[in-house]
Amino acid sequence: MAELHLWSGLRALADGKEMVEIEGETVGQVLDGLVAAYPGLEPALKRGVSVAVDGQIVPNSRNHPVKPDSEIFLLQKLAGG
Amino acid sequence: MALDGQKTAYKYIGTTPNRPDGLDKVTGRARYGADISVPGMLHGAVVRSPHAHAKIVKIDATKALAMEGVKAVITRADFPEGLEGEDWDIQENCMAGEKALYDGHAVAAVAATSPLVARDAAKAIEVTYEILPHVTDVDEAMKEGAPVIREGAADFSVPEGLHPNVVRYFDSGRGDLDKGFAEADLIIERSFTTEAAHQGYIEPHACLGQMGADNRGELWVCTQGHWFMRRMSTAVLGIETTNIRVTPSEIGGGFGGKTTVFIEPLSLALSRKAGGKPVKMVMSRNEVLRATGPTASASMDVKMGMTKDGRITAAHGTFRMQGGAFAGAPVDVTTMLAFANYDIEHVHHIGYDVITNRPRQAAYRAPGAPMAAFATESVIDELCRELGLDPIDTRLKNAAKEGTRATFGPKYGPIGFMETLEAAKAHPNYSEPLGPNQGRGVASGYWMNWGGETSASVAISEDGSVTVSVGTPDIGGSRASMALMAAEAFGIPYENVRVNISDTGALGVNEPTHGSRATYASGLATIRAAEECIGKMCKRAADKWGIDPEAVVWEDGCAKPSGPNAGEFPPMTIAEIAGEMGGTGGPISGHYEDSPAGFSGSFGTHVVDVEVDPETGRTTILRYLVVQDAGKAIHPAYVEGQFQGGAAQGIGWALNEEYIYGEDGRLQNPVFLDYRVPVASDLPMIDTVIVEVPNPGHPYGVRGVGETGITPPLPAVANAVRDATGKRICKLPLRPSRVLAAIQGKEV
Repeated sequence: MAELHLWSGLRALADGKEMVEIEGETVGQVLDGLVAAYPGLEPALKRGVSVAVDGQIVPNSRNHPVKPDSEIFLLQKLAGG
Repeated sequence: MALDGQKTAYKYIGTTPNRPDGLDKVTGRARYGADISVPGMLHGAVVRSPHAHAKIVKIDATKALAMEGVKAVITRADFPEGLEGEDWDIQENCMAGEKALYDGHAVAAVAATSPLVARDAAKAIEVTYEILPHVTDVDEAMKEGAPVIREGAADFSVPEGLHPNVVRYFDSGRGDLDKGFAEADLIIERSFTTEAAHQGYIEPHACLGQMGADNRGELWVCTQGHWFMRRMSTAVLGIETTNIRVTPSEIGGGFGGKTTVFIEPLSLALSRKAGGKPVKMVMSRNEVLRATGPTASASMDVKMGMTKDGRITAAHGTFRMQGGAFAGAPVDVTTMLAFANYDIEHVHHIGYDVITNRPRQAAYRAPGAPMAAFATESVIDELCRELGLDPIDTRLKNAAKEGTRATFGPKYGPIGFMETLEAAKAHPNYSEPLGPNQGRGVASGYWMNWGGETSASVAISEDGSVTVSVGTPDIGGSRASMALMAAEAFGIPYENVRVNISDTGALGVNEPTHGSRATYASGLATIRAAEECIGKMCKRAADKWGIDPEAVVWEDGCAKPSGPNAGEFPPMTIAEIAGEMGGTGGPISGHYEDSPAGFSGSFGTHVVDVEVDPETGRTTILRYLVVQDAGKAIHPAYVEGQFQGGAAQGIGWALNEEYIYGEDGRLQNPVFLDYRVPVASDLPMIDTVIVEVPNPGHPYGVRGVGETGITPPLPAVANAVRDATGKRICKLPLRPSRVLAAIQGKEV
């Protein structure tokens, strides 16, 4: 299962965990699994997050593949000027 | 470094031809937002609140509507109700509802047959206000008893007990701060403030909207992103997105400030109310400064620990930002990037997004990063001074590199921070002798860059020239960069490529030219679309030769047989293939669309020398060096232009630019005479060094370069002023009066 890391402000919504293991073959499946396990995270994900998979930030890419040993970080929603 | 499949030898990439739009722009032929006119056009004007916070009791347009030439007046009542989230924020900002939330907030608009009549009619609209208490300072807005801008504006993230003006809260970090600070030989903690700074684009917002009673129409507009214009304008008006076709004009600067709407939905609503006549709207500079987005102002506390030999052991930052009367101050990004240049095990960030009675902030070049850099890079400078360490060597000791776990979580891929530091140290500016009252400052910065939704097409013309269609407006020379990348892909001269910025009816959705993404993302799409064309042209040649398409290669603008069984045929040029395409299968074009995820951040290091007049406190920039990683510079002159532009804007933010509010909450300096941006005579030629550590996520190694350059100047200049005066000033701007007060030992 992929390791999904949460920024500290999200940990209170996930039983205080910094890292959770979630099954899924795509970013979308992992995020859906995360919300299913911790429904309190849904508002944060709806507000918008960026996702880094194995060091690569994959915005708007629910189809991006995730491997069983992938390291995933939730990041703040990105943009620019 | 793994660069499999990445091209490394170039014919056109790295050259510096003139930009294809250059002649139009120097001869006045280029059409900017205010240059668009059509027959029967009306002119719009906006009634703006003179109060920072006021209930709108009554709007009486009777006198205005009775004036000859006045065709329509709109208020919030002309817009749909029931919008939510950011759509409501945008609508409320474009046209006030129950309350005016800042000085300059639109409360009504009028369309008339001339600009003069429109302005007179706007003055004739009578608005009755009930003035409310206001607050414009971020720290004041968080205090108990501060006026509440809007109840219920906070989202789920805000802890209980905070003022209702705190609307978002961020908390991120890792490690054990106590352990990290215990390992330090020196700990320094400082508090900093930065003022709001405007993007300062030369061209004010301008548009021409036309919409009929069927809610269908067109919008011509000066913008960084016309799909954003379409989505936001139609959301504000409550109509379907594709009802409006948006065509971008040329753009005289944006820097993030033209990624959202202000007057555009008003022009469409006025047009509809005026029977479908087109309505042109052009902002004055006063309106630009009062009512469009500057960036956020900030109040920050940063604490860092360091060992005697210069290793950063721990870092903690608290960042409070106000972004006007709506959620959205870029403190979310600040809490990711504040310490991102460095390899720090124990790090923690806290962020507060606070609303005040100021205009809704908009993105500004690396939004959220320069303020944080001012705080963190100033503290690092203090640590180096106290410990007697060289500022570049110390940064080298702590610099993030490939494999470093970023302070925001994931590990970096190939990055070029170390290379920028080494190049800065080796540059002659770093060893130039300094005179009396002169000082040197060093600072580094980072921006993550962006991919974003991207759609581009490439078409082969009958004579073998090539048309590239992209959806990212050309602000800093991107037509030239696209043409160079297409020329490289096809192996044809740069001059044989024409680049068009297409309207919203011609391509799929494109995000704006923002996030330093245009050269990366539209460039990648251009290359991929060109490769599709090349594949088709190879097949046309193969069909003609009667061989397998796999036995044809593309080299130097020609299809050539390749391999032992391909046969002997003379190469077919792109012009020959194009000349026959009508009879060999029809037009040849390629298309590519993606939200590319292979973007990679750009690090930069700046070195500045200043001289401070001890009698007046005026700071003069003597020399300035920008070193930044471009991955691969497609057009080096325009990369240098981005470096220099970012530095110039950052110097302005550091030395002079600020929003000054009176006690009445009104902006005191809404003109360029009083809002002091640097002009050419204020600055020396800014020296540049382009570092090239290729980005594996782009076929040619491109990294975005537009934003990083504004991040280091704030601390670099402050560090130089500290070096020159012996005084650490933790508030920006470093205007002469503030610097002089510091020199005189007064509290600043």
